[in-house]
Amino acid sequence: MKDAFGLPQSLLVLGGTSEIALATVRRLVARRTRTVWLAGRPSPALDAAAGQLRGLGAEVRTVAFDALDPEGHEAALGKVFAEGDIDLVLLAFGILGDQAHDEREPLNAVRVAQTNYTGAVSAGLVAARSLQAQGHGSLVVLSSVAGERARRANFIYGSSKAGLDAFAQGLGDALHGTGVHVMVVRPGFVRSRMTEGMAQAPLATTPEAVATAIELGLRRRSETVWVPGALRVVMSAVRHLPRAVFRRLPV
Amino acid sequence: MSADTVPDADWGTVTGWGRTAPTAALLVRPRTYEEAAVAVRDCGVRGGIARGLGRAYGDAAQNAGGAVLDMTALDRVHAVDVAGGTVLCDAGVSLHRLMEVLLPLGWFVPVTPGTRYVTVGGAIGADIHGKNHHVSGSFTRHVLSLELLTADGRVRTVTPGTPLFDATAGGMGLTGVILTATLRLQPVETALMSVDTERAGDLDDLMARLTATDHRYRYSVAWIDLLARGRATGRAVLTRGDHAPLDALPARSRARHAPLAFRTSRLPATPDFLPGGLLSRTTVGLFNEVWYRKAPRESRGRLQRISTFFHPLDGVPHWNRVYGRGGFVQYQFVVGHGREEALRRIVRRISARRCPSFLAVLKRFGEADPGWLSFPVPGWTLALDIPAGLPGLGAFLDELDEEVADAGGRVYLAKDSRLRPELLDAMYPRLADFRALRAELDPRGVFVSDLARRLAL
Repeated sequence: MKDAFGLPQSLLVLGGTSEIALATVRRLVARRTRTVWLAGRPSPALDAAAGQLRGLGAEVRTVAFDALDPEGHEAALGKVFAEGDIDLVLLAFGILGDQAHDEREPLNAVRVAQTNYTGAVSAGLVAARSLQAQGHGSLVVLSSVAGERARRANFIYGSSKAGLDAFAQGLGDALHGTGVHVMVVRPGFVRSRMTEGMAQAPLATTPEAVATAIELGLRRRSETVWVPGALRVVMSAVRHLPRAVFRRLPV
Repeated sequence: MSADTVPDADWGTVTGWGRTAPTAALLVRPRTYEEAAVAVRDCGVRGGIARGLGRAYGDAAQNAGGAVLDMTALDRVHAVDVAGGTVLCDAGVSLHRLMEVLLPLGWFVPVTPGTRYVTVGGAIGADIHGKNHHVSGSFTRHVLSLELLTADGRVRTVTPGTPLFDATAGGMGLTGVILTATLRLQPVETALMSVDTERAGDLDDLMARLTATDHRYRYSVAWIDLLARGRATGRAVLTRGDHAPLDALPARSRARHAPLAFRTSRLPATPDFLPGGLLSRTTVGLFNEVWYRKAPRESRGRLQRISTFFHPLDGVPHWNRVYGRGGFVQYQFVVGHGREEALRRIVRRISARRCPSFLAVLKRFGEADPGWLSFPVPGWTLALDIPAGLPGLGAFLDELDEEVADAGGRVYLAKDSRLRPELLDAMYPRLADFRALRAELDPRGVFVSDLARRLAL
């Protein structure tokens, strides 16, 4: 069960090798979390992540999960929830793709969309149903500022996150009053493996900062979290820029 | 089973009085013992838990995904033995209702906490204590017998001195649903209190006064200003007294005409959706300063209504909303006699940290009662409430838990919403017995609550 500060005792990470997710899990394991499920495609990276968390004192188990295989989501998540209550599900999988390349190779673009959006719709609904049955729990969805307004430089990724973001908001409304809390997290540019070698955007942040913001959001039972917080204001302005102006911005 | 025996039921979200950690449950409101039995039988894989008036601060009376049995419709006072001073009543009867019935007959409830709006079932389940613990012990000391609906659907009569009684007294509702109880009452001549008030300049002064003179008073409590620092750390107002005898009332006063009339007053309810942060260090500091200064340096024999003396906050319905949407946590611990140094350290740490707490109460417990998870042990108990949104509060309270556990003390489960489960065994040495009895009595785990899940009770 979560405590009065929204801190979970058990959690499930969908996308178990995500840097943001693992930074969050480390933070939560230092507080109340004792049971961690890492869901992802079986890989040495997934095992390494599990091993590292075990070193922090958590009881960690891995489960095979592939965002691109929605047919398998029921079975994978069902196995986890059958073992006991999950206080927090962290939906953290996603790929950035390579915009220039993906524009030329539509099938690659589809893969980005299927992972970030279709996979999340399936896994999110499956997780939501289990959380609703247990009458409590949080679903934290890692969205992105990229979904707030599509940019020339990464509109394939951005549109998938826009879909995910809208889906998660609607799911949060649908679950209002069921004891389940849905929180959408919108980080800006995060310095991580995903963005390695890319030019850093203004207001760049780190996985650790996102983890801190998630813990705070759980305590406040927030519905939307921006990281850093200043992006809320910035993106509100960006959103309302006329397209003719936005198009010319060096973003 | 005919339709009219099925209790009312509806899904809804539930929190404790602190308004943290909401979860959803099927709220079932049995109107008869048979309906209660049906509710227990039908409560499904996620079990059920009885709930009274929702005054437990944390998650003791909520049950995510399962059933919560609202017992307040079972609220009959069956019989009062006016000569012998006992009452037989349903578990859903509030202490407020008991006072309405009993005071005109010259009897008072044996133990009352800081609110009248708790049920008899809740009072037993949490084995509550009051300002008279050093004289009268906790609530279950005055329970002569109770009827318990257990997981197998049976109704058992449970009497003191048996393992099932000791597991149920303070057992947080996890042994079954209490249906009725017979209580021994306290005789009174009037519905007024004769109250002595004095101020203590710091914590040592306060502890010295309590130690030297507590035994002279039936009721005793100290309000502490935990925002005071430096030499004033732990400054306090002591309020102590007893039921006023008839001859203490002024002649020809209204009270003389109806000495046993139970009078209360109620202010308008606190509005919902107050912003958080109303209770900041500044506002609470101001409140504490005024509260301390307005208390008389010393006053003797002042007459007060029962409601003013025992239940000042009951005059403000929904006062918990003052903390805003984020809610608050209540922290109450006890450390034994001889562990005063731990108490001093904790008070200093709270003062140094500037926790905005305006309800901080210190008192001395007397002899413990046999309930396995009963909270009081002889020593010092401090209770305070703090807005849950205070940054770093969780980690800070974890540190206080360590101090408490190291000193052989414990925290109060009826108020807990955040204890680290690993510390529970050290705090409650009879926990293993409790778990064993539950495993035998309720092998399918019918009775369960969020508290029980969180702490693996």
